[in-house]
Amino acid sequence: MGRRLLLEHDAVPGIETFDVYRKHGGYRSVEKALKTMSPQEVVEQVQLAGLRGRGGAGFPTGMKWSFLAKPEGVPRYLLCNADESEPGTFKDRYLMEKIPHLLIEGMITSSYALGCNLSFIYIRGEYMWILEILEKAIAEAYAKGFLGKNILGSGFDLDLRVAPGGGAYICGEETALIESLEGKRGNPRIKPPFPAVKGLWGCPTVVNNVESLAAVVPIVNDGGEEYAKIGVGKSTGTKLISACGNLARPGVYEIEMGMTVEEFIYGDDWCRGIANGKKLKAFVPGGSSVPILPHYLVTKTAAGDDRIMSYEGLSEGGFATGSMLGSGGFIVFDEDQCIVRNTWNFARFYAHESCGQCSPCREGTAWMEKVLHRLENGQGNMRDIDLLAEINKKIEGNTICPLGDAAAWPVAAAIRHFRDEFEWHVNQPIESQKRNYGLSKEISFATNI
Amino acid sequence: MVKVTIDDKTIEVEPGTTILSAARQIGGEVVPPAMCFYSKLPGTGGKCRTCLVEVSQGSEKDPRPMPKLVASCSTPVMDGMVVKNTTSEKVKVGRGAVVEFLLINHPLDCPVCDQAGECHLQDLGFENGGEGTRYEEEKRTFDPVDIGNKIKLHMNRCILCYRCVAVANQLTDKRVHGVLGRGEHAEISTYIEKAIDNDFSGNMIDVCPVGALTDKTFRFKSRVWFLKPMEASCECTKCSGKTVVWMFGNEIMRVTARKDQYGEVEDQDGKTGWICNDCRFEKKDISKWNIIGPRKINRHSVISQGNYTSPRQTIKKLN
Repeated sequence: MGRRLLLEHDAVPGIETFDVYRKHGGYRSVEKALKTMSPQEVVEQVQLAGLRGRGGAGFPTGMKWSFLAKPEGVPRYLLCNADESEPGTFKDRYLMEKIPHLLIEGMITSSYALGCNLSFIYIRGEYMWILEILEKAIAEAYAKGFLGKNILGSGFDLDLRVAPGGGAYICGEETALIESLEGKRGNPRIKPPFPAVKGLWGCPTVVNNVESLAAVVPIVNDGGEEYAKIGVGKSTGTKLISACGNLARPGVYEIEMGMTVEEFIYGDDWCRGIANGKKLKAFVPGGSSVPILPHYLVTKTAAGDDRIMSYEGLSEGGFATGSMLGSGGFIVFDEDQCIVRNTWNFARFYAHESCGQCSPCREGTAWMEKVLHRLENGQGNMRDIDLLAEINKKIEGNTICPLGDAAAWPVAAAIRHFRDEFEWHVNQPIESQKRNYGLSKEISFATNI
Repeated sequence: MVKVTIDDKTIEVEPGTTILSAARQIGGEVVPPAMCFYSKLPGTGGKCRTCLVEVSQGSEKDPRPMPKLVASCSTPVMDGMVVKNTTSEKVKVGRGAVVEFLLINHPLDCPVCDQAGECHLQDLGFENGGEGTRYEEEKRTFDPVDIGNKIKLHMNRCILCYRCVAVANQLTDKRVHGVLGRGEHAEISTYIEKAIDNDFSGNMIDVCPVGALTDKTFRFKSRVWFLKPMEASCECTKCSGKTVVWMFGNEIMRVTARKDQYGEVEDQDGKTGWICNDCRFEKKDISKWNIIGPRKINRHSVISQGNYTSPRQTIKKLN
């Protein structure tokens, strides 16, 4: 096992209560920041740590903070994006469920760094029980003087509120989240202006993922430099990975950036290989919106090096032979899974979750879903495969928000790597309904897994 | 003032101007089409993606090109920006894609649609669309509904530009309708049919780029190219009273606001010339109007066919 910074005490009984959490070193970062550091110093530490956004895009958090406009007399807001709805991602849920105080502590420290006096946790509508956990934890923090007026006698005030969404995936996009929080329909805004200039109620706003804000706690406690020592290159620190699919031991793991994918899937401390002794067919490293990779690109990159778990490692080779770390939703498929069916399932999700605002995404995602549905049910033809490839090229990059890209990438990658399986569905329509295609031919001579 | 170059034509505009309005200041071929942007309604634009352009130089200071095509209606110009519209192959492909997407669920009912002849989607499809469709699936359909007693909504034809939602939000005193549902099933609607009852709701017919919102007093009465548009005015306490009446012989078939070449309502007396529902729906009697003269219509428009110049006049010119 590597170092655990976030989930160090997740197994301690009663860690969700303030007293137990405090006993295990909780709220040290608040004390340290408020008593000994200036807000600018906290921002500097986060920049020094090289923390990158854990929500999916991997944008450096410190840089995002430094973009925040600071006009006089205008309030600033920090929003925590807990609208975790990506299929395959459930890391934030685990973190908030087990250690709610870690998120609250991270938010107090971050709000202090950004000069926010009112912060929100925007939580997805399906996580109602977590809302209760968080509210209970927040009430405890208020009672102990870590929230409210004049925190720890430092003169810094902070109110923290939890706001539930209605359960729309699109509200995880930061401007849609802001719209939803304002009480409007959750449609992404047209950028510019960016939220750092004009966000919630027209004021400068920072939106960060749950895990990013939680990671601020160890950064402030141990110092940015110490944090940056973990990991490789520009991927510093630890990352929560929610592993699911056909794994022997799925679950939420905290890994140090830079471990190999092979160790993560097959290691005894980690996922312990594929369930039921089957073979690996494909994997999606970062939630449903990133490109799928076939088995021969899972443990090795196209150049033959070991593939490592980091932002750069997983995107090694670009989209041709690589993928993305994304949100850390690790989905593994064994030899019995149908890639066409899975791609249709993902496409159906995006067609359902598209907000319907801009034409390429509204019409394109639904069109892809219909074509894939036909292919999966043995009613497609060869033209459809090329059509799909073309539709997603036309969606990509032409939409208001990244949902269009997120819908296009998995389809494009599935066709790129598993075209033979799509063609089999077209050529053998009856057989494709009865059995699975299994592994593609390449496995016999690629690697022995 | 900042300098911007669009398709090799340079113009100086105020800082903060969008690429689209800079292009409109140049005029002519360089103007990207816009289906959802409406300069008179703040907050519109950015949705339909037909106005996508390529920015090959971000600004004088930072000459890097923008990685993606940008929506020209909502992107402000920077000093020294170089924009490619008709000269860019990427834009042609992107705009063609958007037209294809807009048309996959749009019914082919132009022969019975009242908007035919003045429909922006027809123009856009003619200029940028492909010759056939690759969409083999069933189109999504809705039943036509009444929005108030004077307006009919054909949701099948809607391209969800949100212009009428902006009218409802900004011109009428109550928020009368909005968007229900999400994704492909999103629809413009009211919660209660016929609930719309205020003086300016009729303007949503004028802003609709397609035939989704139509005037119930005019539906199926005549094709627009058989009508003669005449500028007219009347004494009206609610609006400017400056309109265009569409005449068939001496009969007024319909009344609309005065629109410019981009299909937007023109300013009258320093204000946007929105017209009230009384002028639009009730005054169909020629005695109530003071007819000023023929309305200028683009010579290439189907509406101008057979209106201004009689065949004999044309022959005279040729001689």
